[in-house]
Amino acid sequence: MAKIKGYVEVDIERCKGCDLCVAACPEDVLELQPREVNNKGYHYVYLKNPDNCTGCANCGYICPDACLTVYRKKFA
Amino acid sequence: MNENNIVNPENIVYKKPKLMNDNYMHYCLGCSHGVVHKIIAEVIEELGLEEKTIGIAPVGCAVFAYNYIDIDWVEAAHGRAPAVATAIKRLNPDKMVFTYQGDGDLAAIGTAETIHACNRGENIAIVFINNAIYGMTGGQMAPTTLPNMKTSTTPRGRDVRMTGNPIKILDMLVQLNGVCFATRHSVHTAAAVKKAKKAIKHAFENAMGGKGTSIVEIVSTCNAGWKMTPVEANNWMVENMFPMYPLGDLKNI
Repeated sequence: MAKIKGYVEVDIERCKGCDLCVAACPEDVLELQPREVNNKGYHYVYLKNPDNCTGCANCGYICPDACLTVYRKKFA
Repeated sequence: MNENNIVNPENIVYKKPKLMNDNYMHYCLGCSHGVVHKIIAEVIEELGLEEKTIGIAPVGCAVFAYNYIDIDWVEAAHGRAPAVATAIKRLNPDKMVFTYQGDGDLAAIGTAETIHACNRGENIAIVFINNAIYGMTGGQMAPTTLPNMKTSTTPRGRDVRMTGNPIKILDMLVQLNGVCFATRHSVHTAAAVKKAKKAIKHAFENAMGGKGTSIVEIVSTCNAGWKMTPVEANNWMVENMFPMYPLGDLKNI
């Protein structure tokens, strides 16, 4: 069965940690950094469960700051 | 199977629109303005109107819209964006002219300009961000504020006996013959974002096709003004804003 895998690249300095992508993710991939902050002091988003990502790009569409780049690849 | 195989330009399904530049946006975290900016940048790119688009920035939170989308912009006086757009479109009929306005700009100080531009059927597109509050100045009551909604000027909730009812300006504008497309959308989920994008694309095509005035209202959030987290604000919007401002096409000819 073909397997679809995705990956999300985060532009850490653009991220404001609004949490919208975390709420929009159906696979529980994303989470805000609990302690780390970027140069502006925001708890930026990171991939907690990168293996679950399907590349649906819900997070990308919902991100107000355009800091997410979503990749998707089909593995045979 | 690791990320090195996946992270490859040919596998990109979503990225920052090309027309958006690298300036950090001044909007509060989770603000709907950013999503709508992205949609506009994508639509202009898809329609190939990069060199033909002139945007009219409003006064309000989106006053710095010209810093973020790499097209030509004009900054209008408060509420006067449709009047400026009228002049620009009449003098440059081959350009795509759109205004980007908030509810304080379009539905309060600019009501007259909006109504008359729509009545004349100017070939412009109006993107109307309705977040039921004056966000930039500190969350004061706007004409679109819901009854009993708390703002900094109505700390006990909007009293409709004293301040009137929320103005449904889109429902008013639908009555005008100059309006060819009036629709209400939201950007709180990925599906809603895609629908809103389709609507804005249609509005921009109408503006180029000379069909009349198109208005796309985006029911949005102001989590800083509403004193909520962005996720809570989205839920609050679905619960309270949508009954007053139902989504969907009101007119499409």
